[in-house]
Amino acid sequence: MENHAIEFRGITKRFGSVTANNNVDLYVDKGTIMSLLGENGSGKTTLMNMLAGIYMPDEGQIYVDGKPVSILSPKDAFDNGVGMIHQHFKLIDVFTAAENVALGINEGKYDLKDVAAKVTEICNKYGFDIDPAKKIYDMSVSEKQTVEIIKVLYRGANTLILDEPTAVLTPQETSKLFSIMKTMKEDGKAIIIITHKLNEVMEISDVVAVLRKGEHIATVKTSETNPQQLTEMMVGRAVELDIARKDPVNPVPRLTISNLTCRNSDGVVKLNNVSFVANGGEILGIAGIAGSGQKELLEAVAGLNKIDSGSIIYTPEGKEPAELVGLSPMKIKEAGVALAFVPEDRLGMGLVGGMGMTGNMMLRSWNKGKGPFIDRKGPEKLAADVFEFLEVKTPHIDYPVRKLSGGNVQKVLVGREIATSPSVLMSAYAVRGLDINTSYVIYDLMCEQKEKGTAVVFVGEDLDVLLQLCDRILVLCGGEVSGIVDARTTTKEEIGLLMTSVGGKEEN
Amino acid sequence: MNEKTPFIRIAKREDASKKRIWTVRIAAFAVAILLGMIIFVIAGANPIKAYGVMITSSLGKKSGIKQVVKNAIPLLGTGLALAPCFRMRYWNIGAEGQITMGAMAATYFALNWYSKMPSAVLLLVMGIASLVFGGLWSAIPAIFKSRWGTNETLFTLMMNYIAIGIVAWLQGGPWEGKPGSQIIPMFDKKAVLPKLFGVHCGWVIVLLLVAFMFVYMNYTKHGYEIAVLGESENTARYAGMNILKVTVRTAALSGAICGLVGFMTASGVNQTLQSGVAGGVGFTAITVCWLAQLNPFAMVAISFLLAVLSKGASGLQTTLSIPASISDIITGIILLCMLGCEFFINYRLIFRDKQAKNGKEAA
Repeated sequence: MENHAIEFRGITKRFGSVTANNNVDLYVDKGTIMSLLGENGSGKTTLMNMLAGIYMPDEGQIYVDGKPVSILSPKDAFDNGVGMIHQHFKLIDVFTAAENVALGINEGKYDLKDVAAKVTEICNKYGFDIDPAKKIYDMSVSEKQTVEIIKVLYRGANTLILDEPTAVLTPQETSKLFSIMKTMKEDGKAIIIITHKLNEVMEISDVVAVLRKGEHIATVKTSETNPQQLTEMMVGRAVELDIARKDPVNPVPRLTISNLTCRNSDGVVKLNNVSFVANGGEILGIAGIAGSGQKELLEAVAGLNKIDSGSIIYTPEGKEPAELVGLSPMKIKEAGVALAFVPEDRLGMGLVGGMGMTGNMMLRSWNKGKGPFIDRKGPEKLAADVFEFLEVKTPHIDYPVRKLSGGNVQKVLVGREIATSPSVLMSAYAVRGLDINTSYVIYDLMCEQKEKGTAVVFVGEDLDVLLQLCDRILVLCGGEVSGIVDARTTTKEEIGLLMTSVGGKEEN
Repeated sequence: MNEKTPFIRIAKREDASKKRIWTVRIAAFAVAILLGMIIFVIAGANPIKAYGVMITSSLGKKSGIKQVVKNAIPLLGTGLALAPCFRMRYWNIGAEGQITMGAMAATYFALNWYSKMPSAVLLLVMGIASLVFGGLWSAIPAIFKSRWGTNETLFTLMMNYIAIGIVAWLQGGPWEGKPGSQIIPMFDKKAVLPKLFGVHCGWVIVLLLVAFMFVYMNYTKHGYEIAVLGESENTARYAGMNILKVTVRTAALSGAICGLVGFMTASGVNQTLQSGVAGGVGFTAITVCWLAQLNPFAMVAISFLLAVLSKGASGLQTTLSIPASISDIITGIILLCMLGCEFFINYRLIFRDKQAKNGKEAA
């Protein structure tokens, strides 16, 4: 019998009192694509990091091609033919593709021509489309990812680990990536892909390994399973995978944005002439490739971003319309515009990592009341409510939120924003990095807000979710509105096209 | 595991128990004392005797204790002043200059107004002047930082030399007492802080400041703003805080308290103004602040410990003629051990053999 490409035997890894992986036995064969599936904090990334030489297992043994190995560094990993493509690319912006590939290789002569030739060879073999002389800063996200993959292949990797590779890609780019993965598989590579998206799991992988709370639950053939079953294995119980989307009741304009233009601190136009209406009782989805102006749009409405021109008219229920441009963030918040903004690093804005739940609830109320002293009672009660209602997993409510898992951090943030009963609720990447179960809790909360008559603006990454959750979807491309579509009738492909073009024109 | 496993690995330890924390700290202190003994031996002294002298000269007699308290007052006061800045991640290392400017402002009134008012009022005026001047001096770099993004570490540091230079100029110029003496005249006794239990009453003021700072940092809106801003400027902005206001206000408060320390030192101890009025306190206080992990109550203990060490050092010099700089070395060793031991509280070391055993047990 042929040896497994990679095998984990009895792997255990602990961080302090937390057991990230417990006695994991798992293998992957050559010429196979395996999906590694699990909720947040189930130990997927930890397990892969041990294979990639970033962590050392506390117990157990890793075998590569049947031989026991000790992987102490990423270099050891490469020597064993294991390469990992991380979620955050590790490329030097001002270098070309070939230079990035050559980086860190200490053998032989530094001959860029030779490297470039080999890169071209790899491209031809697997069907990549990349110019070795192109600089990284000129590349799209998808191209950067390609360079990462080439880097790994160049070092002779037989096993590739991809950590959530599709999170940053458009549907078109994703299908291109998948076809490349299939070519690599035919070439005999073993591929492990970490993903949260079940439809992708079903589409690309041959086998699915499910982790739950650090333990390996099962490995099943993709052809013999279905999303419902996989979810149950991940979560440990049956989960409803439907979003109960009701028709909007009596939508009235709540936010009317016209001709909004913003620049960032470097003077680059980030939003160009953006106009749209967000209605109460409706969820307006915002789609777009990362960095198309989503962040700037929400920040502009919240008063955090300087506005060059345009107007934002806010019409609270039963009140006169008011202009928000020029008001301070505090005033806008008091008017009832809430921002549950989850930035890339999640704790960078909206939450204070070093504080507990109570301290974070205070961010909303710290300025209330007279006198120099801060009110702790109200926030304490709110923290207790959020803790109970959203089932936040924390040792106690004053435990620093930085130490909580991503999902729980998110619950604290969204819980607090909803508690202010806003009339406009803006959320960006509210489910980023969340497991399925928690994501659906968040979706339900959004729907609940909508039914209460709140205007919900939901910036999302997963198009399938946007299509199921939203009433209308606004697509941004390069800071401009490239279309507003009805979520009930549009298709993923249509949105995908809008994401890369303004008004039907192809960009570049 | 095979032989490629590293001999020692470091792993993060979460939530060490109280007992463990204190065991490690006491052990670190013991190690520091032992290392100190080696230094004494090298310096040619009997280490046991040397430690004995350090303790008896500082805590063994009344005058020693008084001196210790006198040394601890500015350390504690300045440590407290720096705490809100450090909580805000605003690296104010300009306490030295803020102390000097506070002392200068107080001195102006001590020299010029002593005949115009009763002692209590004069002292009050001097105190207020020192608060205002220290605060303004400290607000300058804060304004620059929040307006134009200048680096406050360099800025506050440079301001120290300016402040000291100004006083040196006053000393030799406009405020000089006897021409050519380079000395500012002694204060009238109306401008000298009264004594309480043998030490100038600044110790009461700093103890009040301990309580004030504890409440300010933990129970007020200002304290909350400082904590949030220290964690993330974006979060503070998002919560509707005025970054400029909070930064400048906090820096000014810090400088004001430093200024008050300058007033207490000039009026209570030196009874005159010298360019060296701060005498390095502004820097040592940074150590006090961090060793105490910004906790005002812990600062009381640490400033007292440092004061004991420095008084013990002068005892060594007079009794055993061991140079006082030896005690600086000892102080350094103690600080290094106390700060270094935090590593053993937060991390644990895993040795290869032990790990292999664990592995077998698991198998």
